[in-house]
Amino acid sequence: MGELRLMKGNEAVAEAAVRAGCDGYFGYPITPQSEVMEYLMAEKPFERTGMVVLQAESEVAAINMIYGGAGTGKMVMTSSSSPGISLMQEGISYLAGAELPALIVNIVRGGPGLGTIQPSQADYFQAVKGGGHGDYKMLVLAPASVQEMCDHVKLGFDKAFQYRTPVMILSDGAIGQMMEKVVLFDQIPRRTDAEVVAQCPWASNGRPKTRNHNIITSLDLDPAGQERVNLKLQAKYKMMEQNEVLYEEISCDDAEYLFVAFGLSARICQKAIDLARAKGIKVGLFRPITLFPFPATEVSNVGNRVKGILVVEMNAGQMIEDVKLSVGCKVKIEHFGRFGGIIPSPDEVVRALEQKIIGG
Amino acid sequence: MIMEDKFSKTDIQKPENIVYKRTDLLVDRPLSYCPGCGHGTAHRMLMEVIEEMDIMEKTIGVSPVGCSVLAYDFLNIDMLGAAHGRAPALATAIKRMWPDHFVFTYQGDGDLAAIGTGETIHACNRGENITIIFINNGIYGMTGGQMAPTTLPGMRSSTSPYGRDVPTMGHPLKITELVAQLPGVYYVTRQSVHTPSNVRKTKKAIRKAFELQKENKGLCFIEIVSNCNSGWKMTPVQSNKWMEENMFPFYQLGDIKLDGKLVERKETVEKE
Amino acid sequence: MAKIKGDIVINTERCKGCEVCIAACPFTVIQMSKEVNSKGYHFAMKVNDECTGCTNCALVCPDGVITVYRAKVATE
Ligand SMILES: Cc1ncc(C[n+]2csc(CCOP(=O)(O)OP(=O)(O)O)c2C)c(N)n1
Ligand code: SF4
Ligand code: SF4
Ligand code: SF4
Ligand SMILES: [Mg+2]
Repeated sequence: MGELRLMKGNEAVAEAAVRAGCDGYFGYPITPQSEVMEYLMAEKPFERTGMVVLQAESEVAAINMIYGGAGTGKMVMTSSSSPGISLMQEGISYLAGAELPALIVNIVRGGPGLGTIQPSQADYFQAVKGGGHGDYKMLVLAPASVQEMCDHVKLGFDKAFQYRTPVMILSDGAIGQMMEKVVLFDQIPRRTDAEVVAQCPWASNGRPKTRNHNIITSLDLDPAGQERVNLKLQAKYKMMEQNEVLYEEISCDDAEYLFVAFGLSARICQKAIDLARAKGIKVGLFRPITLFPFPATEVSNVGNRVKGILVVEMNAGQMIEDVKLSVGCKVKIEHFGRFGGIIPSPDEVVRALEQKIIGG
Repeated sequence: MIMEDKFSKTDIQKPENIVYKRTDLLVDRPLSYCPGCGHGTAHRMLMEVIEEMDIMEKTIGVSPVGCSVLAYDFLNIDMLGAAHGRAPALATAIKRMWPDHFVFTYQGDGDLAAIGTGETIHACNRGENITIIFINNGIYGMTGGQMAPTTLPGMRSSTSPYGRDVPTMGHPLKITELVAQLPGVYYVTRQSVHTPSNVRKTKKAIRKAFELQKENKGLCFIEIVSNCNSGWKMTPVQSNKWMEENMFPFYQLGDIKLDGKLVERKETVEKE
Repeated sequence: MAKIKGDIVINTERCKGCEVCIAACPFTVIQMSKEVNSKGYHFAMKVNDECTGCTNCALVCPDGVITVYRAKVATE
């Protein structure tokens, strides 16, 4: 089953949202992800499934529309790119605090500031460590292909509702823009209002006479109460760490060296593996698919079997901190990155492995 | 303990003789507002309308950040607490996804006319079928009486301790007149809740806005000019008098837009 | 002959002593107490039986603590 199509990553996100039974998309244009809303507006899901698509006046408005929709139990999402995601941070913190399910897609571009519209992975810290104020986390998915862009939308919504949490898809401009074959899953019907009410007894969508009023808020002025909220959130993150870790190992069985990379960098590392192995260097790849929860135990298991690890990222060294925390200090761990929108070539990745790990 | 006095017990005090009591749609707990603050009366009128229209099951409210941040603890209906200024964005999405529900925001002047100006103007301009209740007390009550966009020229606040100096601090913003210009907005009125007749008019206005929401006429915007006796540093009774003498000449009460058409009225000007 | 009489009951524990109701009453039925309630507020109380049940006081009471009654009573 499923329908085979050639699509851009951004279009796959949009089509997957419609098919996942999403109730509402709210966004604001920004390169390199404007195709998400453009595709939706052209596709008219309001006629196909009844899904609402609205161009907001800003990312601030968009994320608060998400908060509103999610607070009523509806399945809602937004997409943006780095500067827009920065503007959304207050809203994301509120979503986490009020325990609302939502999907946020970040097609990362180079920064800081207005930066560049070219792809980057420089928003790892922002996505994985919280981003906004307060102690919170999002479940963060890092697709490495157009197929995963599609699949992670459905997975993201499932996890968002399972844990009542915001979920972020952390991708980048290259995966958003590249065209690949994708197998689309079949249309899942949108839930009826009655189903939403039944599935989300916590949601504020009109108080029947049979229950007390529901309140969606992240406020608890009583420190003891607020500590309880925080403990509850931390317990939820622990559960995610125990149950939701996703990763991929490529050519790790006989590996003497290891690349650790996510998203686009992982694709480049796959090419680099072929080049290196042709030269007789036995290198493998560990690809975290969930960035939070981070596959700490798993990367440590593989990492402690090899002589050295090169963490390849399109940033100045962010995920490497989590790799070091996971693997410990017995193995040499170095970083290789290009930034500002430059995609490293497989050649330079192999050279970096030779210089920083094998020769160094 | 209820204090007794010689007039306290009469034969008239029987359930069947009740002509006015606090609506059950207000949660049975003390309000968090200062004595005499208009927020409480505004809450009650809103809930009376929802009770009389029997629309509790189909009403979703959005409370702001401001003194009424805890409105959801008092209004016995389903509520969402928005981030500061963003209530109209929440309400937009809620209404789009529950089009047969009644959706309102309840916001202060700092919330609606400063940090949330963008969300306010654009929700109005899109003509969202929601009701906005706007409590204008000319000050930031919750954070301790700082200057608001609505603070009158010369009016003292904790961040304009020598009075609002228009050349350096800007003019008071009549955002209500501003949004009335937008074609998406159908009904705009300015009321108050400090006297019985004003309370009755405010309730009528809220009722009208909810009836119009049922007909999908577009956004309805009700400003309630209200007191902040704590922020203004007056007794409640003084503050109501001060409001009549100083706020109303600038924030003139009455309908501003009816049936989608601007009402002709004299423009009020700042006095220094 | 019958005449309309009103009456009010003030939830004195919830009264915050703001005095807004006093000005609203056309028949000066309400005055403030000398005592205070458990929150420390002087509370509103009925001081005569002139009430007509017009509901003015209850409408303006920000805390909604006044219940108003009205009934036809026989007069001598
Ligand atoms: C992003 C953000 N900035 C500032 C604040 C602090 N803050 C809370 S309420 C408020 C002003 C509220 O004034 P207004 O909307 O007029 O409501 P009032 O208290 O007067 O009813 C401010 C500045 C906040 N909570 N969030
Ligand atoms: S500070 Fe002002 S607005 Fe806030 S409750 Fe007190 S009187 Fe009302
Ligand atoms: S109901 Fe009317 S007459 Fe009676 S106490 Fe209240 S304001 Fe006075
Ligand atoms: S208006 Fe209400 S709270 Fe204020 S004094 Fe009268 S009864 Fe008490
Ligand atoms: Mg205010």
